[in-house]
Amino acid sequence: MHLWLFLRQIFRDMRSQKLRTLLTIFGIVWGTTAVILLLAFGQGLYRSQVKAMHGLGEYIVIMWGGKTAKTFQGLPKGRRIGLREEDTELLRSQIKQIAYISPERTRWNAAVSYGKKVFVVQVVGTNPEFALLRSIVADRGGRFINHLDMENKERAIFLGNDLKEDLFGEEEAIGKIVLVDRVPFTIVGVLKEKPQDSSYSGRDENKGFIPYTTCASMYPAKYLNNMVFKAESPHLTEYVKKRVYEVLGKKYKFDPEDDEALSMWDTSEMEAFFNAFFGGFQLFLGILGALTLIVGGIGVSNIMNVVVEERTREIGIKMALGAKKRFVLLQFIFETLVITFIGGGIGFIISYGIIQVFPVFKAEEYVGTPEISVMVAVAVTCLLGLIGLFSGFFPARRAANLNPVEALRP
Amino acid sequence: MIRMKSIWRVYDTGKVKVEALRNIDLFIQPNEFISIMGPSGSGKSTLMNIIGCLDVPTGGNYALEGKEVSKLHPNQLAEIRNRKMGFVFQNFNLLNYASVYENVELPLIFAGLSFRKRRKRVEEMLDRVGLVERRNHLPSELSGGEMQRIAIARALVNNPSIILADEPTGNLDSVTGKEIINIFEELWSQGNTVVMITHDPEISSRTKRIIKLKDGMIENDEKNHHNHQ
Ligand SMILES: Nc1ncnc2c1ncn2[C@@H]1O[C@H](COP(=O)(O)OP(=O)(O)OP(=O)(O)O)[C@@H](O)[C@H]1O
Ligand SMILES: [Mg+2]
Repeated sequence: MHLWLFLRQIFRDMRSQKLRTLLTIFGIVWGTTAVILLLAFGQGLYRSQVKAMHGLGEYIVIMWGGKTAKTFQGLPKGRRIGLREEDTELLRSQIKQIAYISPERTRWNAAVSYGKKVFVVQVVGTNPEFALLRSIVADRGGRFINHLDMENKERAIFLGNDLKEDLFGEEEAIGKIVLVDRVPFTIVGVLKEKPQDSSYSGRDENKGFIPYTTCASMYPAKYLNNMVFKAESPHLTEYVKKRVYEVLGKKYKFDPEDDEALSMWDTSEMEAFFNAFFGGFQLFLGILGALTLIVGGIGVSNIMNVVVEERTREIGIKMALGAKKRFVLLQFIFETLVITFIGGGIGFIISYGIIQVFPVFKAEEYVGTPEISVMVAVAVTCLLGLIGLFSGFFPARRAANLNPVEALRP
Repeated sequence: MIRMKSIWRVYDTGKVKVEALRNIDLFIQPNEFISIMGPSGSGKSTLMNIIGCLDVPTGGNYALEGKEVSKLHPNQLAEIRNRKMGFVFQNFNLLNYASVYENVELPLIFAGLSFRKRRKRVEEMLDRVGLVERRNHLPSELSGGEMQRIAIARALVNNPSIILADEPTGNLDSVTGKEIINIFEELWSQGNTVVMITHDPEISSRTKRIIKLKDGMIENDEKNHHNHQ
């Protein structure tokens, strides 16, 4: 085909009808920008929410003891079931599909002091795996509780970043000694700041973490507050939960079908709901943007009708010289696609610019960082193509169906 | 080469039916030089459009080189126009945004020729009408006579069986018009078939056969014996 001639003709038309071209392209630019920005901000919001959600942990289960609601082997209902430290190892050895498991003992009102400053906070006794379960990362130069700390019952403490800030301000904390209920502890690490939008006992940023073993000897108690575990992969979570009921049911003599004997918070349920919700939200934004773009497409279609009108004679000439319907059809569809993609390209550039400039407004904390994902780019490009085809098709068909004699009439 | 039998062309405009051609019988042999004459509205253009397969008759039979064409699909008609017909119009009908070269090249593009073959043919044709050096000009930069010569080059570029010209000198002064007729005459003498509509007796007197139309019918169709050269 004669692409170069086509293109020259299109650009000549655009130049000679500047205002018209501008208005036509503007519709597409506007629509494209709307779709991209809506989807990019939707995506950014999704990412930031997912990150905040994962601040608690990814696909973890938090488990507390409960109260039986069914009789079992002659035992009455209403018995309290408490979790003990050794249950951690029991579950780990009995259920191969558990990736990580950690006991958790919380001292609710521990006085943590440095110099003259004293803060009453939660101090949590736990094991090294807790960090992996609960998305805890040590800030530069530090570390979480490790196995040696556990074995030696070290008086080592890992501080939440807010607690560290309160106690030390800008001062370096690692290696310093703080008193926990008057017992000296060495700071081994500080939490790297993380978003966390859900919790079961306060934010990690305000807590202190010490080895479980140290905690047990400092604050002896029969039961754990809770356990946290995670299956080797998300789809095994249900199975692992069932097995936990069986293993602990056998040990504590309760019916494995008795849901209330233990209490579990499975964060993957939250995840599923969240993904469904955001999927719907993105779809809504996408449809909203697509509608704007379709309105732009209708504008293009109208203009193409005018263009066909104006070029009737040219179409007649080409037909007299032997152009088939297909050629005329393709010419006008091609022209519509060119206009659509020019508008779309400008829309892409504008959206990209807005997204680049966006950090200036310092709003990431609330709406996340917008991003043009590959999927959004591909989806918008396809949408543009479809709209170009649709808005070009009807004018093009009208052109192709012109009667050559009529078209040639001066 | 052309065999028309009781051709009718009726325009149905809703209220009234216009019979533009009524029962036309027409035979054209290869290498004829024909002018079609007649008053305005007598059906000259309609007849030429049907000969050129731009239009289809309402009734009758039209065989081109032995093949019936009145019932062909629009795409097949387009192919016939492309390969067998060369049109020349009163108002030139050049594409004003395309160069001289590109205008002449157009039928070859529709014929699907390669770039190299197209270039060879276009240059031959431009040479033939003496406008090679104007190849990159736009039609608007040419005189009327030059534009018509480009249109003739374009009509000839695909080696058509028949050249159809609807008042080719209508927009030209008499001197330039004569030059154009000279070209047609030369084409005829080289073996081409030329059919031309004209109002000018001086021009028709140079053709070898004159068909006179009136009210959509052939009033007169005779060899031109007054031809002198
Ligand atoms: N599309 C149409 N609809 C209705 N009537 C038409 C149409 N085209 C042509 N006619 C009529 O058909 C008749 C023949 O028209 P045609 O154009 O063939 O005349 P012509 O001999 O070429 O005239 P001129 O010398 O003015 O070019 C005229 O009466 C014209 O009004
Ligand atoms: Mg006419």
